[in-house]
Amino acid sequence: MMLCKLSLKNIKKSIKDYAIYFFTLVLGVSIFYVFNALGSQTIMLNVSSSTKKLIELMIQVLSYVSVFVSFVLGFLIIYASRFLIKRRNKEFGIYLTLGFSKRKISMILFFETLFIGLVSLGVGLLLGVMLSQLMSLLVANMFEADLTKFTFVFSKSACLKTIIYFGIMYLVVMIFNTISVSKCKLIDLLNDHKKIDEIKLKNPIVATIIFALASFVLGYAYYMVTIDFDNLRNIDILVPISMGCISTFFIFFSISGLIIKITKSMKSYYYKGLNSFTLKQFSKKINTTVFATTIICLMLFITICLLSACLSLKNSMNNEVKDLTLADFYYDIPLNYDKEYDYYKLYGYNDLQIKNTKYSVLEMFDILGFDLKKYSNDYIEFNTYQTDELNMCISLGSICQKTRTEYPYLSYEARERIISLSDYNKVARLYKTKEYSLNEDEYLIVADFESMINIRNQALKNKTEIKVFDRILKPKYDECMDGFLEMSTNHVNPGIIVVPDSVLVNEEPARNYLIGNYNTKNRNTIRKIEEDINKLDNSPLRKEYLFPNGTTKLAIQESVVGLSAMLTFIGLYLGIIFLISSAAILGLKELSESSDNKQVYKMLRKIGVDERDINKALFKQILTFFMLPLILAIIHSVFGLIFSLKILETFGNKDLLSSIIMTCIFIIIIYGGYFLITYISSKNIIKEN
Amino acid sequence: MENILKIENIEKYYGSKSSLTKAIDNISFSVSEGEFVAIMGASGSGKTTLLNCISTIDKVTSGHIYVNDLDITKLKGNNLNKFRREELGFIFQDFNLLDTLTSYENIALSLAILNIKYKEIDERIKKVSKELNITNVLNKYPYQMSGGEKQRVASARAIITNPKLVLADEPTGALDSKSSKMLLEKLSYLNKEYNSTILMVTHDAFTASYANRVIFIKDGKIFSEIHKSGTRKEFFDKIIDVVTILGGDLNDAL
Repeated sequence: MMLCKLSLKNIKKSIKDYAIYFFTLVLGVSIFYVFNALGSQTIMLNVSSSTKKLIELMIQVLSYVSVFVSFVLGFLIIYASRFLIKRRNKEFGIYLTLGFSKRKISMILFFETLFIGLVSLGVGLLLGVMLSQLMSLLVANMFEADLTKFTFVFSKSACLKTIIYFGIMYLVVMIFNTISVSKCKLIDLLNDHKKIDEIKLKNPIVATIIFALASFVLGYAYYMVTIDFDNLRNIDILVPISMGCISTFFIFFSISGLIIKITKSMKSYYYKGLNSFTLKQFSKKINTTVFATTIICLMLFITICLLSACLSLKNSMNNEVKDLTLADFYYDIPLNYDKEYDYYKLYGYNDLQIKNTKYSVLEMFDILGFDLKKYSNDYIEFNTYQTDELNMCISLGSICQKTRTEYPYLSYEARERIISLSDYNKVARLYKTKEYSLNEDEYLIVADFESMINIRNQALKNKTEIKVFDRILKPKYDECMDGFLEMSTNHVNPGIIVVPDSVLVNEEPARNYLIGNYNTKNRNTIRKIEEDINKLDNSPLRKEYLFPNGTTKLAIQESVVGLSAMLTFIGLYLGIIFLISSAAILGLKELSESSDNKQVYKMLRKIGVDERDINKALFKQILTFFMLPLILAIIHSVFGLIFSLKILETFGNKDLLSSIIMTCIFIIIIYGGYFLITYISSKNIIKEN
Repeated sequence: MENILKIENIEKYYGSKSSLTKAIDNISFSVSEGEFVAIMGASGSGKTTLLNCISTIDKVTSGHIYVNDLDITKLKGNNLNKFRREELGFIFQDFNLLDTLTSYENIALSLAILNIKYKEIDERIKKVSKELNITNVLNKYPYQMSGGEKQRVASARAIITNPKLVLADEPTGALDSKSSKMLLEKLSYLNKEYNSTILMVTHDAFTASYANRVIFIKDGKIFSEIHKSGTRKEFFDKIIDVVTILGGDLNDAL
């Protein structure tokens, strides 16, 4: 019982210094709970079955992420507690001289961890339950579900999961503590405070060389992932990543020596006020935390990239969905497959299916017994054509060979889709996009898939002429026009050739299309209609007919919403955890440093330094200590984001700025908050009582 | 000669009304320019409290302390700090050098906070380090130096600002006898050459014998005062005589 009391007193005594650690634990627990409780919150929402599936997927992914998060938090807790124990060596030494056994000391630590664990779990869960109510508003908003009545959700499973995961972490900490206590020697414990801190200042010349080398390697890694991006396929992506990590370490390893070297040569700056003191204190701090600073820098880097990439993907998907879902529904169906019986036979269609490719979409719906016209007055029907005379290679003309070597994976033999000008303009009117006009000897290409546009534009610039159904046509424009027929989640139209109406007279169409809007705007009614259409898929007529293939605005929107919610949550989850972990380590280190340096600040006061100058020196130290890893992380992120932009090109990711601003705000709030708390508590620690 | 320091009826009480401790009980004395004064007393006699009051680290309960006719008991806030950095120099028992700075930087710091230009800082440090025989340790860190070297660096830091008054709290307390002797010789050299006024607190008769005047304190009051006449050895004997009368634990200081 006495041991229990002792541990409680110890906690009370040090709670002020380590409040930031405790605060982080509470935050960690609550965030863990919030994201694991998402599952039981979304069950309540009134959403379609396809959205439900997406939510299930999201929850599964989040639970995998939780395992990773628990590792990060576990390392934070172990690092912090080992660090805190080291600072208490003298106290343990006194216990040992008083005749405590090491087992008893371990018991004291055990109780301490137990108390802290229980309290942080309790407070954290409480906070988590409250935060998750806020979260449910966000979730409902994202899935566009009506949350007419507010329900208080408590997730038992998430609560249990949190307790188990953190229980295991605390258990590991206890084991670590016991090991470190059993290994220590009395003499070392008692002499610990007398140990002279050697100021291992690096040889400035060596530091400069290391710094230059590290910067060079880092620069080369940057070069590999950005400018030399196209060659990256041949090399493992791990190469530039590990180059980046190692050079980050060596930059922190050498930077203090370099800074001192440079500032010392600026003598009138160095010997002004407390500058020399501030710089030396800072460089000592960096020198003793090279490894931790490296890890923190990399975590910040991941946070920045992850958050901005996730947010911008989400934004661009949401924006694109608006550009891409210009009508309520879209269907197409193949026609005249019997003209090429052998070819489609090989594809695996049966004779009946091939023979029956003569019905338009609407006719097919009639056969299936579904009257779409009942729900929609505003729709258009049209056909597209294709011919063996015009495949992609031919329409590329002279540049086909060159392109083929550059992009071997494109299907150059695929026949181009051809549409008549009036049909295209019909679609454009419905979609409210741009309409075009053509002379009798001209054609144009509409496309919206960025990399295909680039290829086709070269051919158009060369004024490549094409032959369509015995008519020679020349391009009207020297670049592709913007437009598409098919609705989908992305800009994926590789190019459709628009020709004058007269070219296609008397030709056999290859595909029939139906695009239109429902009579109603009510989501629930539309959902009902589409569920009925989806049921048609199970019709036994499938053996005899090829069914219309298509998508609807609602389906696209729901899949995008689900995906973007998943991205947002994963980004936020990992981002918050990484940020609080790194900021907590920095804060903890800084606070212990401040309590070690109480004497130093007392001395500065004695020789007559103003309180304001002392606080300024402290502020500068803490600021640089927090900023250094952040600055390098930001530089990393610039190149990291350029790299991810290249990877995510197909998503049409252009709107990165707003998500970067969001990320910045996020970092400023969390990281900046930790910085302020650290500064204020440090100021209190060094204040004379 | 002009009085640098004038102390008038100061008192310092600790504790509450029920258990009042008089650390300083009505002490008055003055120190004139260029004097080297030692204050002796047993532990608990109030000598460190006295020094703390003079250095404005502690506040007196009543009475006045004048430094150069300025009543420092009336000073507040940044004026206190200004007074300390401009008028006082400190030498502590445990050196109080900053671990992260070299000797040179430690000395320079006390000038840097006075906003003195680097060129002048450098000149002054070169001069003073020659006199205190620390030129060869200027680029060393405190952990690389002996106690004697550290205390001489601390002395250099204290006197380099040309303070009106140098306050030394048991400056030889952590030094071996050889280093003590060397330090004290340097202090009396600075006293003579720079005409620095030094007020030193000690319980060691040998250390006190380097001063021109010794004030003995017992239980917060001035017990007696002796002036130097003749050689240091004779002065030392005189101090021992007073210490013997004072009795107590001062005897074992020999």
